[in-house]
Amino acid sequence: MTEQLPTGATASVVSAKGVGRRYGPTVALHDVSLTVRPGESHALVGRNGAGKSTLVSLITGLSKPDTGTIEFGGEPAPPISQREAWRSRVACVYQYSTVIPHLTVAENLFLNRQSGGKFAISWKKLRSQSRELLDSWGVEVDVDTPAGELSVEDRQFVEIARALSYGARFIVLDEPTAQLDRQAIERLFVRMRDLQAAGVTFLFISHHLHEVYDVCQAVTVLRDARHVVTAPVSQLSRAELVDAMTGEQGGVIVADAASREKLAEDSAAAVTVDSLSGDSFENVSFQLRRGEVLGFAGSNASGKHQLAETVYGLRKPSAGTVSVGGKVLEPGDVLAAMRAGIGCVPRDRHHQGLVLGLSIADNATMSILDRLGPGGIASPAARTKVATKAVADYGIVTAGPNELVSSLSGGNQQKVVLARSLASDPNVLVLINPTAGVDVKSKQALLAVVDRVRAEGKAVVIVSDELDDLRLSDRVLVMRAGEVVAEHQAGWSDGDLVADIEGVELHD
Amino acid sequence: MTDVLVASPVRAKRTGWLRELALLPALVVLILIGGLVNDSFLSFDNLISVLGASAALALVVLGESLVLITGKFDLSLESTVGIAPALGAMLVIPALSAGFGTELPTFAGLVAILVVGAAVGVVNAFLIIKLQLNAFIVTLAMQIVLRGLLVGATNGKTLFDLPESFTNLSTTTFLSLPMSVWLAGIAFAIAGWILRYHRIGRALYAIGGNREAARAAGIRVDRISMMVFVVAGVLAALGGLVLTGYVGALNAGQGSGMVFTVFAAAVIGGISLDGGRGTMFGALTGVLLIGVVQNLLTLSQVPAFWIQSVYGGIILVALIISRFASGKSQL
Repeated sequence: MTEQLPTGATASVVSAKGVGRRYGPTVALHDVSLTVRPGESHALVGRNGAGKSTLVSLITGLSKPDTGTIEFGGEPAPPISQREAWRSRVACVYQYSTVIPHLTVAENLFLNRQSGGKFAISWKKLRSQSRELLDSWGVEVDVDTPAGELSVEDRQFVEIARALSYGARFIVLDEPTAQLDRQAIERLFVRMRDLQAAGVTFLFISHHLHEVYDVCQAVTVLRDARHVVTAPVSQLSRAELVDAMTGEQGGVIVADAASREKLAEDSAAAVTVDSLSGDSFENVSFQLRRGEVLGFAGSNASGKHQLAETVYGLRKPSAGTVSVGGKVLEPGDVLAAMRAGIGCVPRDRHHQGLVLGLSIADNATMSILDRLGPGGIASPAARTKVATKAVADYGIVTAGPNELVSSLSGGNQQKVVLARSLASDPNVLVLINPTAGVDVKSKQALLAVVDRVRAEGKAVVIVSDELDDLRLSDRVLVMRAGEVVAEHQAGWSDGDLVADIEGVELHD
Repeated sequence: MTDVLVASPVRAKRTGWLRELALLPALVVLILIGGLVNDSFLSFDNLISVLGASAALALVVLGESLVLITGKFDLSLESTVGIAPALGAMLVIPALSAGFGTELPTFAGLVAILVVGAAVGVVNAFLIIKLQLNAFIVTLAMQIVLRGLLVGATNGKTLFDLPESFTNLSTTTFLSLPMSVWLAGIAFAIAGWILRYHRIGRALYAIGGNREAARAAGIRVDRISMMVFVVAGVLAALGGLVLTGYVGALNAGQGSGMVFTVFAAAVIGGISLDGGRGTMFGALTGVLLIGVVQNLLTLSQVPAFWIQSVYGGIILVALIISRFASGKSQL
């Protein structure tokens, strides 16, 4: 692939030339060049493991390139040890919080420079400085709030403001939209455009390609540690972009439920939820039949996650029942749900899905440890055997079943979680955000497994923020403020569904 | 992009047993040094006595390691080491020898020792798991309470005239090893087996590694965590019984200060204080390392007033050595 870097008259904000980085035997980045011009929002896309993280760590000065050079505004980058110098040139807002949760917003903004050079901290001055800083960038957050209590959205704005206060006018946003709902994403984009107008340059990383078209002017694609293409967004169609990322023809292929045969009318009920109420949702009832896929859509505050977690027993309902095969399940009991044949991919693989310090084998067998041998014996050989099969069945890219899950990419980690939820051969599979933070190819693999499971006659519940995930569903229930407000049969249009999710009249 | 700062994708190679053996060279070197420093160190009798003296510590370290692997703490084990055998003995020995005057059969006394250990574990488990109190401060308080109870019950005196079956464990031998050593060895073998080959053992690692994920996988997190505290209490009580037999009497300070050694042995042996990591083989190596150091200190006749500082210093050095021998951080 050749580079087509536009050589404009304006100096670049950052320019990486032929940078490469190895970690032991692994080439994390090979001869990659990136030029970001002042005032643009430049998208950096690629599948998990494509080298985005490594490139970001190089241009933010967290690690040093083995080959190549990095320049800021035409001048060579400062040495790695000079954090101050780096901080005044570039800042990164990570997907995961880098604020100190128990300290106030004000203190987080001026951490380690609270006193302004003097000996004692003037809290009054600190607060007014913070207020001034946030006001100047239009961030409406109370400076006395503990930073840990901020919403993801506000936390990101605070981090952006902090970066700007160090003098940086080039900001890397690492998957800023991953944890935001639609409205918050819109507000983020409005803010980004405002800042752009004020002369701030962004490097924007996202798995959601439509966002690239919404907010960026240029895009760079990485694949397998190499640079594939850099082009103005306007000159690259979506299909071309996906091709560049996957190295294959065709975009995301998901078997739409509308294209398959309708579910047989006499299909037996797999799970019945009767007027279930709990944390953030009220009086939800539905029945799920064998071989059916039921989608749940809604904003983050809709209560859809909590509903799914309650069905699986992770949360205790305040009223109502979940029954499988006519038998009412013990409320709030994961093991009872599992024994009744419910499997679950929890919402957040780091928080609830995986034990990162353990191997694939340990994670994949965690829910079936009592079935591996007589009297609860779960020998390493038995665990490895199950995991070896899972690695093959779900296409987990790994050195072997005894590799630690912490060294896998996000997509492969998610496959391990899916493998575990299916290890117990459940009749009902509950998936919560199954493809969050996962690259296009892994997404296809994961959804293909779900489709296979459905074809085997299992019932599936998919709770997701991504429309692609929901396409597999025979019907989608839309939740808003804890209630089911609409039902869409397979074949729904994106616009209709989104309008129901947001609670707005369709305007296009 | 979830692993931005975990930059190194270097494969965690499957070193398994090799990594487990990392501490063995350190142990061998220490033993060789011991042989050079002191002629009698490498004698058969002395090596046996190292084992005999380590048996009690080994049992307590075993209990502590299980608690640590599940990501919790137990500082009260050292007081259980004192109070469990003491209460057991006082139920048996006559009032004249400072007993309660109940003069129960010896067997009942032995059972009582284990029951006391289990009871302490139940209380700890209830406070920490059910009431969600902080394990560190709860077990520290429990350590002080139990020590106080022991001193109060005995008026601070030492219990002599113990029934023979209380000391048999440490005084009778089988194949020239004290029964206590066999007991500790078997306990380690069973625990090691369970941790590697049984679902309960794997559940301990899962719980210590990520409680939420373990719960979502259908593991009875609370039940198992509570059980571990009880098992640790029982093991500490057993350790106390072994120590009683080894000393031949039971003073009110039995086990006092032991918790430092217990944690040192566990950490030197590669048990993570953060939970989710460590093996019984490692813990056992840690125990033996400390046993050898203690023995060497006794043999080389370090003046009594200096022995603590030397001992503490050596443990620090051992921690540093194990950090680099195993290549793992001890967080």
